[in-house]
Amino acid sequence: MPRRTDIHRILIIGSGPIIIGQACEFDYSGTQACKSLKADGFEVVLVNSNPATIMTDPELADRTYVEPLSVPYLTEIIKKERPDALLSTVGGQTGLNLSVALAEAGVLDEYGVELIGAKIDSIKKAEDRLLFKDAMRKIGLATPTSQLVTDMKGGFDFAERVGFPLILRPSFTMGGSGGGIAYNSEELEEILTRGLDLSPVGEVLIEESVLGWKEYEMEVMRDLADNCIIVCSIENFDPMGVHTGDSITVAPAQTLSDKEYQMMRDASLACLREIGVDTGGSNVQFAINPKDGRMVVVEMNPRVSRSSALASKATGFPIAKIAAKLAVGYRLDEIKNDITRLTPACFEPTIDYVVTKIPRWQFEKFPGADTTLGTQMKSVGEVMAIGRTFKESFGKAIRSLETGKSATKEEPLDEALIPARLITPTAERLNYILFAFERGWTVEQVFELTNIDPWFLLQVKEGIELNKTLQAESLETMSAELFRTAKRGGVSDSSMGRWWKSDSLTVRAKRKSLGVAAVFNRVDTCAAEFESFTPYMYSSYESECESAPSDRKKVMILGAGPNRIGQGIEFDYCCCHASFALQQFDHESIMVNCNPETVSTDYDTSDRLYFEPLTLEDVLNIYDTEKPDGVIVQFGGQTPLNLALPLQRAGVPIIGTDPKNIDLAEDRKLFGKLLEDLNIPCPPNGTATSVEEACEVAGRLGYPVLVRPSYVLGGRAMTIAYDEDTVRKYMREAVVFSQDRPVLVDRFLEDAVEVDVDCLSDGENVLIAGIMEHIEEAGIHSGDSSCVLPPFGLGARELQTIQEYSVKMARALNVIGLMNVQFAIKEGKVYVIEVNPRASRTVPFVAKATGVPLPKIAVGLMLGKKLPEFAHMMQGKTSGVLDVPQFFVKSPVFPFNKFHGVDPVLGPEMRSTGEVMGVGENFGEAFAKAQLGAGSPLPADGTVFISVSDRHKNEAIEVAKKFADLGYKLAGTRGTASLLKGAGLECQTVFKVNEGRPNAVDLLKAGKLKLAIYTTNGVHSFSDEKAIRRAAIQYRVPCITTMSAARAAVQAAASRRRDPIRVWSLQEIHQGK
Amino acid sequence: MNPAILALEDGTVFEGRAFGALTERSGEVVFNTSLTGYQEIFTDPSYSGQIVVLTYPQIGNYGANDEDMESARPYIEGLAVRDFSPMVSNWRSDQAADAFLKLHNIPIIDSIDTRKLVRHLRTRGVMRGVLSSISTDVKGLIEKARSIPSMAGLDLATRVSTVGSYVWTSPVEPCSPSERIRNGEPLHHVVAYDFGIKRNILRRLVTSGCRVTVVPAGTSADDVLALRPDGVFLSNGPGDPEPLVAQAAEVQKLFGKTPIFGICLGHQILGLAMGGKTYKLKFGHRGGNHPVLNKKTNKVEITAQNHGFAVDPDSIHDNVAEITHVNLNDMTVEGLRHKSEPVFCVQYHPEAAPGPHDSLYLFDDFTRLMQEHKK
Repeated sequence: MPRRTDIHRILIIGSGPIIIGQACEFDYSGTQACKSLKADGFEVVLVNSNPATIMTDPELADRTYVEPLSVPYLTEIIKKERPDALLSTVGGQTGLNLSVALAEAGVLDEYGVELIGAKIDSIKKAEDRLLFKDAMRKIGLATPTSQLVTDMKGGFDFAERVGFPLILRPSFTMGGSGGGIAYNSEELEEILTRGLDLSPVGEVLIEESVLGWKEYEMEVMRDLADNCIIVCSIENFDPMGVHTGDSITVAPAQTLSDKEYQMMRDASLACLREIGVDTGGSNVQFAINPKDGRMVVVEMNPRVSRSSALASKATGFPIAKIAAKLAVGYRLDEIKNDITRLTPACFEPTIDYVVTKIPRWQFEKFPGADTTLGTQMKSVGEVMAIGRTFKESFGKAIRSLETGKSATKEEPLDEALIPARLITPTAERLNYILFAFERGWTVEQVFELTNIDPWFLLQVKEGIELNKTLQAESLETMSAELFRTAKRGGVSDSSMGRWWKSDSLTVRAKRKSLGVAAVFNRVDTCAAEFESFTPYMYSSYESECESAPSDRKKVMILGAGPNRIGQGIEFDYCCCHASFALQQFDHESIMVNCNPETVSTDYDTSDRLYFEPLTLEDVLNIYDTEKPDGVIVQFGGQTPLNLALPLQRAGVPIIGTDPKNIDLAEDRKLFGKLLEDLNIPCPPNGTATSVEEACEVAGRLGYPVLVRPSYVLGGRAMTIAYDEDTVRKYMREAVVFSQDRPVLVDRFLEDAVEVDVDCLSDGENVLIAGIMEHIEEAGIHSGDSSCVLPPFGLGARELQTIQEYSVKMARALNVIGLMNVQFAIKEGKVYVIEVNPRASRTVPFVAKATGVPLPKIAVGLMLGKKLPEFAHMMQGKTSGVLDVPQFFVKSPVFPFNKFHGVDPVLGPEMRSTGEVMGVGENFGEAFAKAQLGAGSPLPADGTVFISVSDRHKNEAIEVAKKFADLGYKLAGTRGTASLLKGAGLECQTVFKVNEGRPNAVDLLKAGKLKLAIYTTNGVHSFSDEKAIRRAAIQYRVPCITTMSAARAAVQAAASRRRDPIRVWSLQEIHQGK
Repeated sequence: MNPAILALEDGTVFEGRAFGALTERSGEVVFNTSLTGYQEIFTDPSYSGQIVVLTYPQIGNYGANDEDMESARPYIEGLAVRDFSPMVSNWRSDQAADAFLKLHNIPIIDSIDTRKLVRHLRTRGVMRGVLSSISTDVKGLIEKARSIPSMAGLDLATRVSTVGSYVWTSPVEPCSPSERIRNGEPLHHVVAYDFGIKRNILRRLVTSGCRVTVVPAGTSADDVLALRPDGVFLSNGPGDPEPLVAQAAEVQKLFGKTPIFGICLGHQILGLAMGGKTYKLKFGHRGGNHPVLNKKTNKVEITAQNHGFAVDPDSIHDNVAEITHVNLNDMTVEGLRHKSEPVFCVQYHPEAAPGPHDSLYLFDDFTRLMQEHKK
C-alpha cells in the first residue's frame, strides 16, 4: 500500500502558543510532518497561531497561516485553500480538539476534507472517559473504578462508595488542566467545582486512586495494514499520582520482567486496535500494582504526544515523521529506517543506554501557587540525558537542568522537613531524596514515604555514596580508576571541583592527564546490531569513540537547554535556523542541546547532533572531539551566553559578537560609561552589593526604582519598588548577590512607552529589522507585553532617535549578528533600558512579520560576510528599517489557570509561557486576532467592567466612552462608576468583594461581565482586587490590567464589529504568492 | 569485588568485575539485543555452548523467578553485561539473578564496554571466547579461546536433549492477575522432539489444546508413530543443524504421515529434510525486535529470534516447499511450508519468552492442521 494518490493538499493544524502541558514538542512533531509530507510531494497548508515555531516558517509549508486556532478562522482557511485532507494528530490536544470541532460543525463535510491520522470516532473513544472505559472493558483490560459526574452530588455519592483519596479529571482538557487529587470532602468540593467549570462539556471523571502504583507509558505506532510496533517503553520514577509531564521518567522500562512487559505490549496493541487509531502514533499509559502486578490502563492519546517526542529522541525513531507517512497510506515496512538505512522502519527500536527525563518547574515566578505535584501538569520544560547506565544518565540530566546558578534565594534543605517533603511530591522532592540519602536514610525508609521503586532509589543512593567516596579524596589523590568510576556514575567535574575547593577546568585537566576522557556513542535504534549512518551522539566514559568527526568546515551551535519562562522556543527557532543557514553556507552544523521537546534535537536538523548537557565540561568534551572552526553562542538565550567567556578563555573560537562585548552590555559600570561616551540617555541607575548600598542608591535615584539581579533572563526576581521597605525586603529575602554579580537598581520610568528593537549588524552596517511598540507600558516585562509592528503611536522624531541610538550602539559594541535593544520613551525623550547583543525572544516574530530570515543572515555575518551581500533578502535594504506590509501583533499567553491563587497582575517579572501573532490590515484587527489566539477573545458585545486606580481616571473615561459608543454596556466599582456617570456615561455600580452581594466576583461567575479592565496603583495589590482578577481568569473573562492595553482593546472591539473574518498566508503577504 | 576477564580468540580482551560464580567457562560469544527477558535467555538450551552478551546495560533489575524458567537450568556458558544489578525489585522475583547464576556455576563479567564488544562481533562475526573470574593470565585465556571447538559442525542438540520421554501438561500461566489466558481442551496428541526445547513452546502447545509427549532427539520415526501422534513438533536447540542428518532423515519419513511443525533448529532440520542446506550467519539473529513478513497475510510480525544458522533459500526447490516468512532486516528465510504435505516451520520463536506475542497464531495453525488431518 504505497502513498495515496487521491489526495494532494493536506491541512496541518499546529498546537498554538506554548502553554504548560503543550510545548515545543508539537513544533517538533508538526515540523517533521510538514517536512515529510512535502518531501512526498504533497502540498501542505499549515495553520498555527504561534510565530515562534519553526513549523510556521514559510519554507516548511506551501501555505503558512499564522492565524487564531478557532473554527471561524479555520473555516475561512479551508474555504480559501480547499485541502483534500486534514492531518489531526500532530498538533497536540489543540490540533485534535479543533479537528473534532471542525468535523462537528460540518465544515469538513461541506468542503470535502477527509480527516486523516485519527478518525472522529477513534478520537472520541480515546478522549471521552466513559467511552474509553467501555472500550477497555470490551477487550478485557481493567481501568480504575470510576464514574463521570456532572454535578456535586454525583461526586459525593461516588466518594461514599469508593472512599478517598479520589482522582478527578475534567473531560477534554489538556495537560490535566483542572484535575486533582481529593483526600477529603473539602478538597473534593473544590476540585470538582473547578473541574466541572473547566471542562468544555461540564464533565469530570472521578476515579479510584491508584496512587503509588508503578506508572508506565508505551509509545505505539500502527499502519493501515494493521502492522503495529512499540517504539519505546517509559517507566516513571515518580509513581502514580504525579502527572507524567511532572514526573522524572526513564526509558526503557527498568523493573519489568519480559512476561509483564509483553502483557503490557499486548494490551497497548489491543487498545490501539479497539480505539481504532488506524494510522500513526499513540501513547498508552498503565499503572501496575507493585505488590501483585495487577495492571490497569490509565489513558491513551490517539495522537503524537509529549511522550512521543521524548520516545523519538530516546530511540532515534522519528515518530511524527513516520506518523505523517502512515497517514498518507505508506506501510511501516515501506519506510526505511533513516539511521541504519538498510533495515525498514517496521521494527521495534532497541537501545543500549538509559534515558532520563527530568521536568523543570518555575514556581518561584508564581508566589502563592500550590507547589504540590498532582494530576495537573505544572512544569514549564524538561531536560533529557543519555548515559550508558541509569546513574550516568541521571547525573547528566540533573546537571542539564541548570538549577545551580539561581539568582534567587532558595529554601535551605532542612532535615526536619525530610518526611513531609518525601510524602508530598513537589518540585523539591528530588533534592530531598538526595538529601535524605546524604543523611543516611535507607532505601526502605525513602520507599515507604515516596513509593518510588526501590531499584531507582538504590541507584540514587549509590550515587550519593559515590559522591561521599569522592568527597574524601582530593585532586592529588585521585586515581584513574576512581575518576572513571566517578564519570561513569554521572558525577560532574564541577561537583568534584566544588568538593575539592578547585574548579571544573582543573579537575578536567587532572582527569585527562590520567587518561580519563569522554568518548561519544551513537543513538542508532538497534543497540549496534547494524551500522549507523546518522551522527546522533551522546557522551560516555566507554572505551571506543564513534563520533568520527569530518574534516569539513564546521560550526557548533549551543542550544538553549530546557524551556523556561523567558527562554523558550524562540531560541530554539534561532538555533535551528542557524543550523539550516550553516548548511546553506557550506559549513557542517553541529548542534548541542539537552531539551527533548525541540526541533533542534531532531537528528536531521543539523549535520551532527550531540544530545548533551550545556555545561562547560560537556561542551568542551565535544569541542575536543570535533574541533569546530567556530562556536555560536548568541542564539540560545542566556544558557550559552553564560558559557561564552569561560569557553573563550579555554581557547574555543566564538564567532559573532565578541563575548567580552556581550558581557560588557551586562556590566552596569562599563555599559554606563559606553552610553555616556555615545551620548545616549538611560534611566539613572546604580549597582549594589549590600542592603544598605541598595537603599542608598535607590534614595539617590528617587523612587520608584526597578531592582533586579544581573545575568538573568525573563525578569527573574525583578521588582519595582516604590519605597525603601520594599528594597530592603527584596535585598534580604529575594535575591542572591555578590561582588561579581551585583544587584542592579534603575530609576523606574512610570507610564513610559516601551519599545523593542531587533537589528542585524556586521560591525559597520546596521539594519533595523523591527521597531516594536509595546502595548503595555514600561514596567511590564517585555515578554509579557503585547507588541505591534509597525509602531503606530511613535512620532517620526522618536523613531529617528531610536534608529540612531541602535546603530551607534551596534557599532560601538562591534555587534556581528543580532542585537536587541529595549527603549523607554517618556515625554518625548528616548532612554535605553537594556541592550542584548544577541538573538532575542522577538526574532521569530520580526522574521515572520517582515519576511526576512534574520537568523540566517546573522549566521552569514558571523561567518565573515557583510550585510550588503544580503540586500536581496532584506527588501533591498542595507540600512534603515525593514518595512512591514501589514499590522502584526504579538500577544503573550499566561499559565495563570494552572496556578490557582496567583494574582494575574502583570509586572517586571516575566510569567508568560508562550505567544501568538495576529495579522490585520489595521491595528485593531491584528490585536483582536492576537487576543483571540491567546485564548482571551474580546467580546463582541455585553458589559465591560471597569475598575481603575485614581491615576488612570482620565484615560478610563476616554476608554469607557469608546466602548459605550460601540454599544457595550458599562459597569464599575463605586469610585469608577461614579467617575463614569460624572462624565455622562451610563454605568452600573458593582460591589467589591467585601462590600456586599452580588459583587464583581459573583457577576463574573454568572457570566454577566464580558471584559474586565482592572488597574492598580502599583504600590499594593489589595486582596479583593486580586480576587476579582483571579475570578476573571477562572471564569475565562479577559482581564486587562493596564490602560494602554485597554485602549488597544477598544480598537480591537471596533475591528470585531467592522472587519470581516479574513486570513492571509505568510507566502501571500511576503512573496505575493 | 573480583576481577573478571573475557578473552576472544582474535586476542581482544575485556576486563571487568566478576558476579555470579567464580569460575572459568568458554564458548561462542554472541549478543542478544532484547531489552527484557534475561532469565529466559539464560535458561534457553539453544544458548548451550555460548557466552551471551546482553546489549541492554542494566541487567538483573527484576531478579529471577521459578515461572520464567525455559528449562530446568541456565544453559549459557557465561554472561557479559554493562551494569549488573545486585539488587532486585519486582514482586515476581524469587531470588537475585546473581545468586541464580552462581548456583548453577555460571560466571558473569560486568562493567565492560558491551557496545564495543557488540560492534566488534558485528564487524568480525561471532567468535570463540573464554570468560574467567579465576585467572588473570590474559595470554593463556586467549590460547584457550582458540583451542575450543568451533560451533560449525557441532551437534549440541543431542547433548542437551532429554534422556527419556515424558508427558507435558502445563499450560501458559498468567504472570499477573490482569493477564487472561484461554486454555484449550487437550484435543490433540503432539509428539515433540526435544533438541533443547523451551518450556514455553510446551506451555503454548498445551494452551492451544495439545497433550504433549516429549521424546529424545534420537527417537526414530517408527517410535514416534507408535505413539500415535496427531502431530509432530520439532523443537529449537543449540548448535549447527548440519550434523543432524540422521534426525533429518527420520523426520523425512514422517512426511505425509502426520502434520509437522518446527521452530528454529526444528525449522532448519525440516529445511534439511526438504532437501535444503543451511549456512552460518555472520553474527546471527538474537533479539526480540526482528521484523518478519508473513507472505500469506502480507503483514509484519515483530519476532523473537535466536539463531546463528539459517536455511539457504536457493537450496529449497520451488516444487517442494514455499518460503512463507522473510526477515525484513536481511531478507533471510524465516518460514517454510511444504507444498504437498502438512508440514510447516518458522526460524523465529512464536512462543516468545522472551519476546513479542505477534506470532502466537502459529500454534493455532498447527492445531487446525491436526484437526483437518484427522478428518
